[in-house]
Amino acid sequence: MVGEGLIQGLVETARNFFGSYVDKERLTTVQFPEERLPLPEASRVFPILLFDGGDPEAGLRCVACQICEKECPPRCIHIEKSKDKKPDFVGKQQFYPAVFDIDVSVCMSCQICVEVCPFDAIRMDKEFELSTSDRFGGLLWTKEQLAKPNDYYKKIHPEESAETDERRVKELADARAKAAAAAAKAKAASAAPGSAAGNGTEAVKEPEQKVTPQ
Amino acid sequence: MRDALADLAVYEPEEGEIMEVSMGPHHPSTHGVFRMDVKLEGERVVRLKPVFGYLHRNHEKIAEHGAYLSAIPYTDRLDYLCSMTNNWGYVLAVEKLAGIAVPERAEYIRVIVAELTRFQNHAGLVGFLLQDMGASGTPLMYAFREREKVLDLFESLSGARMMCNYMRFGGLRVDATASWLAEVRQLVGRLPRFVDEFENLLRVNEILMARTQGVGVLPRELAINAGVTGPMLRASGVNYDVRKVDHYGVYDRFHFRVPLGEHGDVYDRYMMRILEMRETVKILEQAVRDIPAGPIIDPKVRLRGLRPKAGEAYGRIESPKGELGFFLISDGTGNPYRYRVRPPSMINLTILEDMCLGENIADTVIILGSVDIVLGEVDR
Repeated sequence: MVGEGLIQGLVETARNFFGSYVDKERLTTVQFPEERLPLPEASRVFPILLFDGGDPEAGLRCVACQICEKECPPRCIHIEKSKDKKPDFVGKQQFYPAVFDIDVSVCMSCQICVEVCPFDAIRMDKEFELSTSDRFGGLLWTKEQLAKPNDYYKKIHPEESAETDERRVKELADARAKAAAAAAKAKAASAAPGSAAGNGTEAVKEPEQKVTPQ
Repeated sequence: MRDALADLAVYEPEEGEIMEVSMGPHHPSTHGVFRMDVKLEGERVVRLKPVFGYLHRNHEKIAEHGAYLSAIPYTDRLDYLCSMTNNWGYVLAVEKLAGIAVPERAEYIRVIVAELTRFQNHAGLVGFLLQDMGASGTPLMYAFREREKVLDLFESLSGARMMCNYMRFGGLRVDATASWLAEVRQLVGRLPRFVDEFENLLRVNEILMARTQGVGVLPRELAINAGVTGPMLRASGVNYDVRKVDHYGVYDRFHFRVPLGEHGDVYDRYMMRILEMRETVKILEQAVRDIPAGPIIDPKVRLRGLRPKAGEAYGRIESPKGELGFFLISDGTGNPYRYRVRPPSMINLTILEDMCLGENIADTVIILGSVDIVLGEVDR
């Protein structure tokens, strides 16, 4: 019969229309600015730099190794290494980035910088409402804008950060145990000859700044 | 083919009879920045020249200048609706080049994400095709509602909805959790109902049949000679599916059929997508049932600073649009000496004139819609 196909289609439309009142699967719309769906754990937008403790300058995890700068596919990261060094979280003297800029108008959110970072210093943010009226400076983020505390990272990626923190606590414990063992050895060595103490113990002094990852 | 076509081949137009229309690059029906230079005699098409390249962005050259790893996020942007299958095609080529083995669990997750990609691509394509025919909004809205659920799964797995950047040589970037697989199982359980409804919506609709049957016929021989692949080729009745003939991944372990068309017209190409969605659901059901535990990537694989031995490799997969191939030549350095993409959409587009000759100007829109192009892949 002519028109049968039309009617069959209309039945489906009606099924979807009335079904949308009772079936959640048929009505998936949310009214966006007022109503927001939670973002998944893995969700990613643009990179941030993490720091431990309260001071973004002293606690910045980045050691300016420039691996992310080299591996970034669109080359949107610009790093200038510092001249002096500062201690990292286990107390080892490391360089730090004098300049760390990310041009987010070039960044393509691929997360390769996060994957290649050996220091857990760079992670992905979930903030996506980033429009700005400044076309030039507004999209070039400096080290100060990129630095975020570890607490913030814990808030946006709870599972991932738990894993990272666990590893870092272990690293810190290992480093301390190693330092303690070295100190004990040096002490024993200095105790044996008797008088020539001093030089050996000085080299393996305790980390100046103990910043525990929170 | 119609008799009119034979006449048109020797047709010598007189002055003032032919009208030239430039459809695109900013025409809503061309699915992106694509232009058709159409010559018309009245309503009928006598010449059609596809013009592309408006979205050219040096994809191949960029990949040749970067490390092997840094090309993966760029492949997401080829066919931006199917980033997972693009990733797979590229990593398959690199794996062949460097001789990397892939753990079993990774192969299963690859099949799952690739088939989900195929499902959402076909749903979207059919929605857009029906939209081009004048079924404004409704089918497209239903298609996008289901596509959205697939994209939600991609986001919770890989972090991004469309630019997934998920696969790596030798495996995957992150493992699928048990809760993610449970969500996939739930979704796969609901998909057959959606396909049924989507098919019933317009399959036997008289208007749709009048618009599509016998329109834009692609003969079997021409399809083979022009190198057309994917659902377009199968709609013309050629049994050729890279999943079946090339045995890549673990596709040999799944039972599924390759649907074939008979007439090679727009209606067959439309039905081909619906039937493939059903087969995709079958593969998904088997894959989520049989997925083994184990590692997802070989820990010895060097992602950074991969330097394959000098040589060449061609990796190809059945992407939702056809045979997607990546050809790589290595000279032993950290970046490919030559990187070439065989984009299915572009090659399927080359026979557009042959399908459109003698048809009405309004039908070129649905013929183009049935080819399933994404300009990111056509122009690269």
